[in-house]
Amino acid sequence: MDTFRISSTPLDPAALQRTLGDVRAGACVTFEGWVRNRNDGHPVQSLEYEAYAVLAEAEGARILAEARSRFALIGAVAVHRVGHLQLGDLAVWVGVTAEHRGAAFDACRYIIDEAKARLPIWKKEHYVDGATVWINCATRGDHVGPTAVPPA
Amino acid sequence: MPTLDVHYFAILREQRGLSQEKLTTAAATPAALYEELRSRHGFTLPGDRVRAAVNDAFVDAAAPLRDGDRIVFIPPVAGG
Repeated sequence: MDTFRISSTPLDPAALQRTLGDVRAGACVTFEGWVRNRNDGHPVQSLEYEAYAVLAEAEGARILAEARSRFALIGAVAVHRVGHLQLGDLAVWVGVTAEHRGAAFDACRYIIDEAKARLPIWKKEHYVDGATVWINCATRGDHVGPTAVPPA
Repeated sequence: MPTLDVHYFAILREQRGLSQEKLTTAAATPAALYEELRSRHGFTLPGDRVRAAVNDAFVDAAAPLRDGDRIVFIPPVAGG
């Protein structure tokens, strides 16, 4: 069954991939989102993901259903972490199976692109200099630095 | 006036100082309620960058609010 889960514990890619096993599938395409060490010029030390889990899982399920209606899929599974992650940690995993690789590649791309745009999940980056920033939430007046208090 | 179950996440949770509260309000829509809370608590995000979900479904900013609704304000997302 297609599921899009939020997980507060580390992801196990091999176990996730095994759930997609199906002898009808000629192709399995997976995507892994990793925590990297730079964002927008800032050196990242770690980051936190927070989610409105009920809606994230429901909207994630909708995205998988859309992928199924657009592409000839056999199976689709996705999981997104929440919690405090370190560099190199696995933040999100998407796996798709199909008879043929075209549908699998296209569906995997579709699912991660839509998930990034739509799921109620938020990221707080912790930088090496100690500053923290909620991504995409900056407003005018933040130019003095990410931890500055905005003018009243 | 309706009483609503209001939930905050991420930057709003930090700026409000709590993740959930019950409010009795005359605000009839998510946009009106957010504006009321924004000016009361000094939220930095303007209303046009915050979405709302009522009873676990995305809603329009002008959707009607009813007594007992659970409303969640959704700052700009950044998953993946």
